[in-house]
Amino acid sequence: MVELTLPKNSRMVTGKTWPKPAGATNLRKVQVYRWTPDDDKNPSLDTYFVDMDSCGPMVLDALIKIKNEIDPTLTFRRSCREGICGSCAMNIDGINTLACIYGMDEVSGDVKIYPLPHMPVVRDLIPDLTHFYAQHASVMPWLETKSNTPAKEWKQSIEDREKLDGLYECVMCACCSTSCPSYWWNGDKYLGPAALLHAYRWIVDSRDEATGERLDELDDPFKLYRCHTIMNCAKTCPKGLNPAKAIASIKKKMVERII
Amino acid sequence: MTFMTDRKRAIGTGSAKSGTLSHWHMMISSVAMLLLLPIFIFQFGATLGGSYEEVITYYSRPVPATIAALTMFVTFYHFRKGVQTLIEDYVHGVARKVLLIAMICLSYGAAAFGVFAVLRIAL
Repeated sequence: MVELTLPKNSRMVTGKTWPKPAGATNLRKVQVYRWTPDDDKNPSLDTYFVDMDSCGPMVLDALIKIKNEIDPTLTFRRSCREGICGSCAMNIDGINTLACIYGMDEVSGDVKIYPLPHMPVVRDLIPDLTHFYAQHASVMPWLETKSNTPAKEWKQSIEDREKLDGLYECVMCACCSTSCPSYWWNGDKYLGPAALLHAYRWIVDSRDEATGERLDELDDPFKLYRCHTIMNCAKTCPKGLNPAKAIASIKKKMVERII
Repeated sequence: MTFMTDRKRAIGTGSAKSGTLSHWHMMISSVAMLLLLPIFIFQFGATLGGSYEEVITYYSRPVPATIAALTMFVTFYHFRKGVQTLIEDYVHGVARKVLLIAMICLSYGAAAFGVFAVLRIAL
């Protein structure tokens, strides 16, 4: 059943307010979700003050500055710092996005940072993406062929290659899936926008020879048809992709098979 | 407690291989309603203010009676599909099954009553 209120042990409490750095004049208030499995405490919202005169422009810069200079226990994922790896996906100012490419100046007022919504939390800003990755693997995100492997390469025309534009760029950050209400309520069975975008990337690939099997696997009221074109996925995607369009294209291919 | 791999949990019981037909029927009933509802409302409006005999005579004609009967059936069929999606979205477990059975009975029951009423007037 849909949960309209948080369970008791998930309700937020006011956290620690860390002291302002001495002598700083250009301060920015940053509030960060904190939770650790090491004790039985509820999650809290800690408040930090970041000196923007000695901080980079992005939200990730502020988080790294907090971790390095204020609170080393703050935990979050990050790697490439340029929107390629998808590690630093989190909810900033109510939007699922990548902290490394989201500017502090894009947030008006206090900067509030939470982990991606409706996912189990490992610690602080780190969600457990185990099921998300397993769903991705379940759509067989690789080239499936039955013909003999050609001596040189599987050829693809320029036009067919262009069909993959807007699909292959996905970095699996999970911003889209965790912004989708259908994924919130039925994430155990619904594959979610990211996995379906990847599924379509291989369905539409001219070199792939498992289109029928791929469509067979998706022909399910929950795996695919929980998508109600809410479009949160397209709105939130930090890479500017449109998973909803890919899902609509899968549905179109499904219908073309039966009529 | 069950020891299950992440992949096994994600695959679950596999594909039901049944969603597309339901999706297609939803599209067909949407288009049918797009055509039927304006005509039905127009015909219904034409009888407003008429006497009992005038209304009975109007709906005894084949086209208004057929349009009315089709509207009843298609609308409740579409309603059934829509509410089924709603229940599947928000309700889980035994409550989902109970509500689905109740809603399907209610939808087809209402459609049957509507079609029967039109037929009784028309025939």
